[in-house]
Amino acid sequence: MIEQVDTVKRQKRMADLRDKRHKAEVRFRRIGVAAVSVGLIFLTVLFGVVLASGLSAFKQTYVQIDVAVDAEGDNYQGMVKRGLREYFPEVKKRRDKRKLYALVSSEAPYRLKALVEENPGYRGKAVSLWVRAGADVDMFVKGEISRALPEDERRLKDRQIAWVDSLEDDGRVETRFNWHFFTSGDSREPELAGIAVAVLGSLFSLLVCLALSFPLGVLTAVYLEELATRNRWTDFIEVNINNLAAVPSIVFGLLGLAVFLNVFELPRSAPMVGGMVLALMTLPTIIITGRAALKAVPPSIREAALAVGASPLQAVFHHVLPLAMPGVLTGTIIGTARALGETAPLLMIGMVAFVVDLPETILSPATALPVQVFLWADSPERGFEERTAAAILILLAFTILMNLTAVLLRKKYEIRW
Amino acid sequence: MPRNRVFGTSIPTRKVIVERMVMGLLIACSTVAVLTTIGIVLSLVFESFLFFRKVPITDFLFGLQWSPQTAIRADQVGASGAFGAIPLLVGTALISAIALSVSGPVGLYAAIYIAEYASPRFRAVVKPALEVLAGIPTVVYGFFAALFVAPLLRQGGESIGLAVSSESALAAGLVMGVMTIPFVSSITDDAITAVPSALKEGALGMGATRSEMVRQVVLPAALPGIAGGMLLATSRVIGETMIVVMAAGLTANLTINPLEAVTTVTVQIVTLLTGDQEFDSAKTLSAFALGLLLFVVTLILNVIALKIVKTYREQYD
Amino acid sequence: MTSSGMEASPETQSGANVHVLDSAQPVAKMATEDLTVFYGDKPALHDINLEIEPHHVTALIGPSGCGKSTFIRCLNRMNDVVPGCRIEGQVKLDGEDIYASGQDVVQLRTRIGMVFQKPNPFPKSIYDNVAYGPKIHGMCANSEERDAIVLRSLDRAGLLDEVRDRLRAPGTSLSGGQQQRLCIARAIAVEPEIILMDEPCSALDPIATARIEELIAELKERYTIVIVTHSMQQAARLSQKTAYFHLGRLVEKGDTETVFGDPQDERTRDYVMGRIG
Ligand SMILES: Nc1ncnc2c1ncn2[C@@H]1O[C@H](COP(=O)(O)OP(=O)(O)O)[C@@H](O)[C@H]1O
Ligand SMILES: [Mg+2]
Repeated sequence: MIEQVDTVKRQKRMADLRDKRHKAEVRFRRIGVAAVSVGLIFLTVLFGVVLASGLSAFKQTYVQIDVAVDAEGDNYQGMVKRGLREYFPEVKKRRDKRKLYALVSSEAPYRLKALVEENPGYRGKAVSLWVRAGADVDMFVKGEISRALPEDERRLKDRQIAWVDSLEDDGRVETRFNWHFFTSGDSREPELAGIAVAVLGSLFSLLVCLALSFPLGVLTAVYLEELATRNRWTDFIEVNINNLAAVPSIVFGLLGLAVFLNVFELPRSAPMVGGMVLALMTLPTIIITGRAALKAVPPSIREAALAVGASPLQAVFHHVLPLAMPGVLTGTIIGTARALGETAPLLMIGMVAFVVDLPETILSPATALPVQVFLWADSPERGFEERTAAAILILLAFTILMNLTAVLLRKKYEIRW
Repeated sequence: MPRNRVFGTSIPTRKVIVERMVMGLLIACSTVAVLTTIGIVLSLVFESFLFFRKVPITDFLFGLQWSPQTAIRADQVGASGAFGAIPLLVGTALISAIALSVSGPVGLYAAIYIAEYASPRFRAVVKPALEVLAGIPTVVYGFFAALFVAPLLRQGGESIGLAVSSESALAAGLVMGVMTIPFVSSITDDAITAVPSALKEGALGMGATRSEMVRQVVLPAALPGIAGGMLLATSRVIGETMIVVMAAGLTANLTINPLEAVTTVTVQIVTLLTGDQEFDSAKTLSAFALGLLLFVVTLILNVIALKIVKTYREQYD
Repeated sequence: MTSSGMEASPETQSGANVHVLDSAQPVAKMATEDLTVFYGDKPALHDINLEIEPHHVTALIGPSGCGKSTFIRCLNRMNDVVPGCRIEGQVKLDGEDIYASGQDVVQLRTRIGMVFQKPNPFPKSIYDNVAYGPKIHGMCANSEERDAIVLRSLDRAGLLDEVRDRLRAPGTSLSGGQQQRLCIARAIAVEPEIILMDEPCSALDPIATARIEELIAELKERYTIVIVTHSMQQAARLSQKTAYFHLGRLVEKGDTETVFGDPQDERTRDYVMGRIG
C-alpha cells in the first residue's frame, strides 16, 4: 500500500520534472538561436552601415561655371572667383563671398589652368567648364546633408543651398561616376582624396610579402613534413611556428621597426618593408597549411616514386608537391588575404603617412588600403567618412574575392584519396 | 643510383651535389621562423633594457600613473613623464573581459546550436556566414565601433540618464567580442564534434534531452578543448590593436567602469610610435617595454593553450 | 504488403513473403506495423511487421547492412537523431504508436533502455554513470534512495561485487566487459520495461561475452529484451524468438528453435547454415 503511494508520488514528481526539462530544452534552443542571430545581425548591420555610408563616394558632383579668361596673367583663382561673383551678382558681403567660393572645389583653378594651357586660344574669352563641387555641396547634392536640419547644425548654409538650387535649375549641376577616387592619392580636401596610393601600396607590399613568404613557407613545409627526421630541433621549429602564428601583429611591427628600419636602415613608409613584415606574419600560415596539404598526399605516391629510383628530394618535388599544390595555394591565398587587412604592423613602420604621389617603386613612400581607412576615419568631415567607407568597401571586395578564390580552388582540386 | 658508385669511386656526382645544396637551402628556410622569434625577442629585450636604464622596472610594472606625453622639452619639469603600466594593464584587462564575455557565451552557444540543433541546410549557410566575421579586417571593426556603436551607446546611455564616454571601453569591447565570435565558435565546434557520438547517443538513449546531453556529457568532455580555445581567444583579444586604437581612449585612466574611456597597451604602443619620435627617448623606448610585456603575456597564454589543445586532441585520436 | 486500411491482427498483417513459424501471441509488448525507414531517399527497411513478446529475449539476426541496427533504433526513436532519416508505418508500445504526435521521446526512452555496440560509459565515476538516469529523470527523492538504486542496478548487472569499493573511480577505468555491464546497469537504473541491445558483445572477448550472456538470461525475468547479434550461437543460446532480416526485409520470424532448426525461407537457411555472412 505504502509502496503504491510512493510510486504515485514519484510518477507525479517525474512528470513535473519532465515538464520543466522540456521548458529548459526550449530555452536552451532559443539561446542558441539568439547567439547565432547576434553574429548574423551584427554582420548585416556592419555591411549595411558601410554600404550606406560608402556607396555615395563613388559619385561626384560637378558644377558648370562660366569664367572670363584673362588675356594674360595666371591668377586663375581670381578668374574662377570672379566668374562665380558674376553669376551671383547679389553677393556682396565678404563672408558671403567666401561661402560662394566654397561651392566649387579648390582644384577649380587648376582645372582652368590646365584647360587654358592646352587651348591658348581661350585667352581673353569666356569659357564654360565643369568643375568638381566643394565637399559640402557634393554631400548636399548626393542627399547626405539634409535640408530639413536647422541651419546651424549643417555645414551647408541656407544661402548656399539657394545658390545650389538656382544652379540646378540652370542645369549646371551634375553627378558623375567618381573616377578620380580611383586614380589619385590622398588630399586634405575630401572631394580630391583618392585611394590609388593606398591600392598601389597594398599591391606592392603583398607582392613583396608573397615573393618572400611563398617560397620560404613552401620549402619549410616540405622540409619539415617530408625530409627532416624528427628530432629536438624540428620539434623546436614546430613549436616556434605555432607560437608565431599567435603572436599579436603589432609585435611584428615592433620587430620591423627595430630591425628593418633601425638596424638595416631601410626607408620608412616603404611597401618593401611593409611586405617584409607581412611576410613574416604570413609565413606560419603558409607553413601550417602547406604541411597539412603535403600530409594529405597518400604515402603510396612517395613509395611509387622511390620505387622507380627517384631520390627522396625528387619524389617530393616531382610527385608529392605538385599534388599538394592546390592545398598550398589555398593556404597562401588565405594568408595573403589576411595580410591585406593587417594595419597595426604597417603603422609601426611608418606606412601611415600623407602621400599624394603614386609610389613608383617598392621603396617609394606609400600607404596601404587598411591604413588609408584608419587615416581617413580620423578626419571629422563628412566627405572623409564617405571615403573611409568606400575604401572599406574596396578592401572588403578584395578580401572576399581572395577568400572566394581560395574556396573555389579548394573545391575544384579537392581530391579524395 | 650514381654510376660511379658502381665503379667504387666516392666522388659525388652532380646530382648528389645539387641535392645536398637543395637540402641545405631547405634547412636554411626552416630556420627563418626561428630567426623571426629570435629577432622579436632580441629587439624587444634590447630596447626594453635601454628603457629600464632610464625608468626602473618596478616603476614600470607597478606604477599607477601613465603619462609619457607630459614632457614637451627635455629641460621641463617631469621631463621623463610617468611610466606606470598598471592603468594600461587594467584598461586592457577591462576591454578584454568585455570582449570575452561577449564572444565566450555567444561563440559557445552558436557553435552548440550549429553542431547539435541546426539542420544541414541551415548549417551550410550559417557556418560560413559566421566565419566571414573572422575574415573582416580589424580596421573595419574599428571604423564600425567608432562610427556606429560608440555613438549608439552614448545616445542609449543619455536616454536613460547614463553618461557614456564617446570612447567607452564598452564600445571597443563589444565590437572586439563580436570579432572573436567565430574564433571561439570554430574551436568549440571542433571540440564538440571530437566528442565521440557514442557518448552522445548514450545520453540520448538514457532519455536525456538534447540540452542535457550537451551540458552534462558533451561540454564536460569537450572542456579542455574549449578552454584552450578561450585562452587563444584571450591572447588574440589582448593583442588586438586597430579596434582599440580607433574606438578606445588615448589617456590612461585607472578605472574599471566600462562606460568610461580607458586606454590599452596596444593603443599606447601605436600612439608612442606613430607621432614624431625622438630616438632613444624614454617615451619611444617605453613602447618596446610595452611590446615585451605584451609578447610575454600572449606567449604564455599561447603555450598553455596549444599544450591543452594538443593533449586534448591526442585523447580522442 | 498490406493496404493501409487494414487494421488487422498481427497474423494477417505479416505479409505473404514472411514466413511465420508460429502464431504470435495476441499481447505483444511492442509491435511494428508496415515500418519502412529511409535514409534520405534510400529505403533501408521495407514494411517490417514484427511483434516483441514481453519477458522474452528476441534476437535480430541477418547479414551486416541488412538493417538490424536501423530497426532496433526505431524502437526507441534513436533514429530521430540521424539527419535525413524518415519513417513510415507505426511502432506500437503497449498498443500506442510511439511516433504519434505528442509522444514524449524523453519519457519513451525511460521506458525503453538501450545498450550500444561499443561500451560507452560517460567520462564520469562509476556511481555517477549509474545515477545519471535517475538523477535527470528525478526518480529519487533523496540521496539514500539514489544510493539504493545505484547499488541495486549494479547488483542486477552483476557488477556490484567487482566495483563495490571503487564506486568513485572513473567508469572508463573498467575493462571492456565491465564497462558494458556498467552500461547495462546504467540502462536498468531507470527501470525500463524494455532493453534494446545492439550487438552488445561484439567488442568483447569470449569470457566477458559469456558473462553478459548469463546476465541477459537473468534480466529476461524482469525486462523484455531485444538483441541484435552477429553470432548465431548466441542467438540460439539466448533468445526465445528470432527474426531474420535480409536486405532491409524481414524474411523470417518465430520461435528461435524453429528458425534455426527448420527455417522455411531459403535465404534464412543459407544464412543459418553459414552460407552467407
Ligand atoms: N546514417 C545513415 N545514413 C545513411 N545510410 C545509413 C545510415 N545508417 C545506416 N545506413 C544504411 O542502412 C542500411 C542498414 O544499415 P544498418 O541498420 O546499420 O545495418 P546492420 O546493423 O544490420 O548492419 C545499410 O545499407 C546502411 O548503409
Ligand atoms: Mg549494426
